[in-house]
Formats: sequence, structure tokens, C-alpha cells
Amino acid sequence: MSTATNGTTATATAWETVIGLEVHAELATRTKLFCGCPNRFGDEPNTNVCPVCLGLPGSLPVLNEQAVTLAMRLGRALRCEVRRSIFARKNYFYPDMPKNYQISQYDLPINVEGRLELPRSGSIVGIERAHIEEDTGKSTHVGGGGRIHDAGYSLVDYNRAGVPLLEIVSKPDLRSAEDARAYVSELRAILLATGASDAKMEEGSLRVDANVSIHRPGEPFGTRCEIKNLNSLRSLGRAIEYEARRQIELIDSGEAVRQETRHWNEDEGRTGTLRTKEEAEDYRYFPEPDLVPLDPGDEWIGRIDAELPVLPAARRTALADAAGVAPNAPAVAIAVERRLDSLALAAIAAGGDPARVLTHVEHNLAVEAAKALDPASLAALVSMETASELTATQAKDVLAEMVATGDDPAAIAKAKGYEAMDADELAAAVDQVIAANPGQWARFVEGEAKLMGFFVGEVMKATRGQADGKAVTALVRERARAA
Amino acid sequence: MTPPPGTALDIAAAVRAGERPAAAVVDEHIAAIAAGEGEIHAFNLVLAEEARQAAVAIDRRVAAGEDPGPLAGVPVALKDNICTEGIPTTCSSRILEGWRPPYDATVVERLADAGAIVIGKTNLDEFAMGSSTENSAFGPTRNPRDTGRVPGGSSGGSAAAVAAGFAGLGLGSDTGGSIRQPAALCGVVGMKPTYGRVSRYGLVAFASSLDQIGPLSRTVADAAALYQAIAGHDPRDATSIPEPVPDVSAGLAEGVAGMRVGVVTELCEAEGIQPDVMARVREAIDALEGAGAKVEEVSVPAVIYGLTAYYLINPAEASSNLARYDGVRYGLRVDAPTTGEMYDRTRTAGFGAEVERRIMLGTYALSAGYYDAFYGKAQRVRTLIIRDLDAAYERFDVLVGPTAPSTAFPFGAKTADPLTMYLNDVCTIPSNLSGHPAVSIPFGTGDDGLPVGVQVMAPALGEAAMFRAAAAVEAAAPQGEDDA
Repeated sequence: MSTATNGTTATATAWETVIGLEVHAELATRTKLFCGCPNRFGDEPNTNVCPVCLGLPGSLPVLNEQAVTLAMRLGRALRCEVRRSIFARKNYFYPDMPKNYQISQYDLPINVEGRLELPRSGSIVGIERAHIEEDTGKSTHVGGGGRIHDAGYSLVDYNRAGVPLLEIVSKPDLRSAEDARAYVSELRAILLATGASDAKMEEGSLRVDANVSIHRPGEPFGTRCEIKNLNSLRSLGRAIEYEARRQIELIDSGEAVRQETRHWNEDEGRTGTLRTKEEAEDYRYFPEPDLVPLDPGDEWIGRIDAELPVLPAARRTALADAAGVAPNAPAVAIAVERRLDSLALAAIAAGGDPARVLTHVEHNLAVEAAKALDPASLAALVSMETASELTATQAKDVLAEMVATGDDPAAIAKAKGYEAMDADELAAAVDQVIAANPGQWARFVEGEAKLMGFFVGEVMKATRGQADGKAVTALVRERARAA
Repeated sequence: MTPPPGTALDIAAAVRAGERPAAAVVDEHIAAIAAGEGEIHAFNLVLAEEARQAAVAIDRRVAAGEDPGPLAGVPVALKDNICTEGIPTTCSSRILEGWRPPYDATVVERLADAGAIVIGKTNLDEFAMGSSTENSAFGPTRNPRDTGRVPGGSSGGSAAAVAAGFAGLGLGSDTGGSIRQPAALCGVVGMKPTYGRVSRYGLVAFASSLDQIGPLSRTVADAAALYQAIAGHDPRDATSIPEPVPDVSAGLAEGVAGMRVGVVTELCEAEGIQPDVMARVREAIDALEGAGAKVEEVSVPAVIYGLTAYYLINPAEASSNLARYDGVRYGLRVDAPTTGEMYDRTRTAGFGAEVERRIMLGTYALSAGYYDAFYGKAQRVRTLIIRDLDAAYERFDVLVGPTAPSTAFPFGAKTADPLTMYLNDVCTIPSNLSGHPAVSIPFGTGDDGLPVGVQVMAPALGEAAMFRAAAAVEAAAPQGEDDA
């Protein structure tokens, strides 16, 4: 085992991981893709169904215009070409597929050839296509191992059958698990910004499959494996890292990678074979005769473009410019992800110190209610910090209260009794703590630097948090130099 | 058996005028069914009680001074692949055993809006796959003109019901000739509308790009009236044509003077056309010329490939459409230890031989590596046929030819070799591939004394001219002893 690991490490630098992602996003339509049933998660099983989404004999699909609008909106946000497309039937048998074929798009998808810029690295990921298709129902296999093959019986909920999906297929342009996670986060931000999807991985409205292969740079791509069952960004990253390692080990030990679909087991932290290429289904795609070609035309596309919101990348640039930081700064990315960038921009415009504003957005505002915060109040809070009227710890407390109550920061600080200590008071407190802990002090003076934390902590305790941590550190260091 | 008197329009006129109660009309037809159905077996299900109740409601409306609609009180025989709410819809297949649709097909709603009364669900070749109604899981229908012979198919039940006087009108579905061919063999009028003119919502899909619902009747005027009642845009069918439907009945009597009529060489010379059938078709053409039409022969070369292309497109679509019958949700289920085995056993027990054949042919034609050679090429042939027909329609208002190669044939005559059976559709298939309207009109009899059908075809949305030409053929037809 250790040999294999060492071998991997030794050669890992020579291998490059190549990743392409297929993301399924449920479109946030009012009704399903081909019928009038509500598109709603969490209802009683088999209540949002009708002859069409149950695929009853004689029923016919009728395309939902809102689904097309949302698909186009996402497509244009990814700078895709939107073009005439047709629907196709993908034929395979599964109990949660009411018609035993899925209406999808095949050789002529609605969105092609787009791009997505990764927020931190700035690299460009090509988008091959983003096509419309219908979701299946949801099976629950009872008994056995929870898979259809060994279950005692299976239950199917068709509420999800016919929910509109957009399948967004990237080019194999990603090179690391981190890239892959960044891609999905950014795509999610764009889905949210355009209103195309609520993009909740935990509810399954955003699902990711990863195609992973390895190669040495400059050589052709290796044989790829498709990884399924990636239900979180964490799973996505872990699975890619595991799979790349597995493939490297295979090749290093003289074996070949087989093209196959693999299942990520989150508990075991490994992928396992689901089906090999030879076992892959022949879907017998052919044009869906029940639907006519979809040709949105320039006018509709023009309207979509005109209505596109400002996208995350542009919002990051705007905030970074205002704050005087690089567009790939983590705080900027987080501000845009949490949709707090307009708050930050307004607070900066109102005179708030940009660095402190970004710090609050990055660390102290991870709640939904933060969006309702008054930018002028945030600017006022930051100004109190700048003027040393509040310590960082106190400011965080006050901010939490501001979010909860909407009150003015000065009033909250006063009510909490937060008044910055004057320098003499602080010096007295520091000296008291030093005097009370002679042993630790001697060690600190002799060079045991990690004891700084102890002294700062003791001072904070003695002042009940009213001391400014930075000022305490400076004083302790000064006393030590003088000792 | 004595069929109730009058055409469908006669019946409707009398009911609307309060001269003949709809209840009496229904009773007369139920009596005719009681007398003849044992021998003919046109129906899978007779809806006597439902029909009587509907008739009472219509009579009440007439008594209240309301107009129940243009087809008031007319009993209609509905092909059993058209969904009726709460009433079994079997497609003459075991696979749909016990299934009752929770909804009505659009055409059923439109029949009710027109005051028509569904009197029963009629027999068909299983899932409409066949040309003789011998492929029904519930046994064949007999031809009322000669009970030793098939009624044609797949709408054999509806054609026989109309021919026998069990119903004033019938609805069938036509995928490759399934209305027109049984109409020809039973001596009635049968019409396939332009693809998209009549909603397919509620028609159990066979080959979706080819299927159309259409009327069967004893006269051209009745067919036009029924077409008028069921045609028109339906938002539930994405392939439905939005344009309004012009009145096709008003001009029926205007005649064909000056109409340009093309006689399609390839259809008249197609494989297996009986000389006596062709002789009647020639007489009909002469009659049209005599009535003032400008008649010319025209070649439509690509139609000779129609049958081949059809037998790729049709099974391909069918294989996909019939995938949903798997025992999971409705209809027949044969239990088994695993899902896969349940599918196998259910489908093996539920489908007949012809359905299995088409599913296998279609699955093969769509398979990876074969798609372009089979389905892809068939679609290109289809484009050629449309192109050639469009070219012909630049010179002609309507095209004519035979409907079926022969008159009604004996039971079992064509069941041994599927290809022989498929050849029945050689003249009707081109209109399905092109999506154009076509109608079969009875015109005399063959040497065996059995009816011959003449086919009139028209370009897309050309129903008005087509019906006008059909009326002229009908007017010139030799009068048989039991023709209306």
C-alpha cells in the first residue's frame, strides 16, 4: 500500500487530470416541461401528475415556453449560440420513466459553443452544449442493497417526471478537482443570477456527473470514466481526486483504464464500476415526432439578451474595482456568490473602508437576512472601527445585531456598553495580567512566542472583550522588548 | 338485417327539427347491432346505456329549443384506439387489459360538442397494425358485404359498423391507409385528413408522424360533415395546425368542371392491382372527365419507394411508442422475480405476433450503426415523395388512383406472409408519408361483386377540393342494391 502511494506521488507530477462535467439543472418553471402540472419539490408522492407526465396512452407533449426562455437565458449568459433545435427520443427501459423514452435534445441542441470563466483562476472553460430535456420520476428501492437489482420492491414517485432540465456539458477543459468545484460554483451563480434554476444540490435540482481521464501534457487524452452520484461539491472534489489516483495507479502498474460508468460511494470514499462500455445502452435516438422544431429566431434571442441581468463575472469586476482589489480576491467572489456585492458597493460608496467592508461580507454576513442590511449603516459601523471606537470583535457583535434588528450601529454599541478603552486603561490591564502570570511571562520574554495568544486572551478576559486585540498585541510586544 | 334509414345528415336534420327523437335513433341502431353484431363482430364494446342517456339529453335540448349541433343524435362507431374517459380503451390488445383512460380524446369531446353519440368502441388490428382486422386479440371482424371475407383494416370495426348500419358514422385512424382501405373493402367512404388537421390527443400512438384520425361514412357529404366537426386546432397537440378550417360542405355540389385531375401512373400500375379494380377506377376517372374535369396522367416517381420507407419509419416510431407498455403502471402485468423479467413476460404475453414483429423491426432500424442506412434513408425518401407530390400539385388540383389493390379477400389469405399483407397499403401510404389528405369513395364492384374504392388525393389543406371531386365520383358511381 505504501509503495503504491509512494509510486503515485513520485509520478503524479507527470500526469495531468482532464475533467469534463455534465451538469443537470432543473429549470425553475412554474409548470412541467410538457404539461400543466406544478413543478414543485417536496409534495406528496404522485400528486403532481396527469396523463401527459405519466405517459398514458394517447397523451401528447406540448412544450413549455417558460422552459425555453430560461434555457435560452442560461445559454446566452454562457455566451452560447442559441439556434434552431429539435427534440429527440432517448429510448431505454426504467420504471421511473413513464414512456420508457426520455424526450431530450440530441444532435441539434438549443445552446452550443459557449464559455465560462472560472472566478479565481480566470481560466476559460468551453461549454459544448446546454440542451433541454425532461426529468424522470424518482425510484425508491426497498429492501436489499437499495438498488433495483436486489430490492424487495420499488416505489416510484412521478412528481418529478417531466420536470424541465437543462443539461450543460462542458468541454474537457478542467484540470483539477479544485477547477471542477470552481466551475460548478460559478455555473450555480449564473443559474441563480439568471433565475434559470434554484440550483440546490441537496434537493437534487443541480446534479453533476464528471468525466475523468489522465494524460501526460502534450499527449492525447486518456480513456475516460464517467462518475455518477456526486451530490455535493465535496463529493465532486473527492471523487475526481480518487478517480485520477485510481487511473494513475492502474497505468503505473501496467494496466489499462477501461471506459466505463462509475458510481461514487461517499461513505467508502471510492468509485466502483456501474457499467462498462460494452454494457452501455444503445439509446436509439430519433427525432421526437410529437413536437415540432424549436426555432426561437433573432427577435426572441434579442429580447433574452436585453433582459439578461448583470452576471457574476461583471459583478466581481465592479466590486473589485470599487474596493481596489484583484477581481479574483476571495472576498469579492464570496460577496458575489452570496449576492452581497450591491450591499458592499453601496457601503463603499457611502464612505466605508473597502477592506473592512469586504472583511465583514466575507466572514460575518453568511445569513440570508444580510441582504436587507442598510449599506449606510454598514458604512457607519466600519467608520466606527476605523476610528477605533469599536474593536473587530465588538463590530462583529454589533453587525449581527444590526442584521437581526435593523437598528443603528451607534445605538447598538451604546446599548451593549461597547466603548473603546482609553490607552491608559488598556496599559493598566496588560500590566496587571503580566504581573499575575510571572512564570509565563518569563518564558515569553525568553522567546516562547506562542504564549502571545495566552496573554492576549487573558487581557480580553479581564476587559470582557472590550480591548482591541491588535492594540493588546502591540502593548505586550512592547513590554517584552522593554523587559 | 335492415339498417336504420337515412344518411347521418338526414338523421341529424330530423333530430334537430324534433321530427325524430335521438332516443329512437339510438334504439334503432342498438336493434341493428343486436341483430347483426353476433356475425360481424364490429365492436369490442357496445355502449348501449351510455348512448341512450346521451340521446335523452339531446332530445331534452331539442325540446328546450336548443340546437345540439350539426350531428345531433347521430350514432358514431369509435375505433378502440381512441381514449374515452372511464371506458375501456383496448387497441384490441391484451396488454391494455383493464385500463380505463382518465380522459377523453379531443375528437370525443368534439363529437359531443357536435351532438353526435358514441355507440361503441370498434375492433381493429392490434394497435392498428394490419390491413384485415385479423390481428385483433379479440378475434376478427367480418365484412358485412361478404362475411367470409375481411373488412380490411386496421379500422375494420368502424368500417364494418358503418357498412352494416350499426352506426351512422365511424371514426378510424389512418397511419398507412387504415381508414381508406377498409372503407374500400366495405363499400363506404373513408377519409384521412391533412396531418395536423385533426388532433391526435387521445389517439393511442402507433406511428406518430403518420397517424391521423378521420371519418368513415356512407356518403361523401356525411364524411365532410364529420371531418368539419372534428377538425381544427388543439393546443394539446403540438403538431396540430393553427389555421382555421374552411367550410368543406358548402361547395360539394359545385362539381368538377375545370378541375385539374392527375391520374398517378405509379399507383395505377403498382404491384398486385387487380384488373377489375383498375377497370372501375378508370370508369370513375372517365366520369370525372365527363363532368368537365381536365384529366391527365401524371408520373410521381418517388411513390414507388413509399412502401419501403413506410415500413422503416412506421416500425421505428412504433417500437418507441409501444415501449411504455411494460406492466409497471397500467394494463397487463405478468409478475416475475426481477423488473427485467417482468417486462419480458408482460410484453410477451400482452403483444401479438404482428406487434412483436414491428417492435423488432423498428428497434433494429434505430440501432446504433444502422440508423443512417435505415431510418435516416427512409426519411430522405419521404422528403423525395413530398417533393414529387408537390411538383404534381403544381399542375393538378387533385390526384386519383385506386385505394386498394384488390377487393375484400378471404380470411387467412394474406396472414402467412406479412409482405403480401403490407402490399395492401401500397396506394394509400404516399399520403401518410406526405401528410396530405386523401379519401376513398366506393365505385361499383369487382368481378366478385365486392366493392371497389377510388382514391382522391389532394395537397396539404386541400380538403375542400378533395371532397368536391369525391362527391363527383360518388354521383357517378353505379348504384348497388344496398347503397344509400
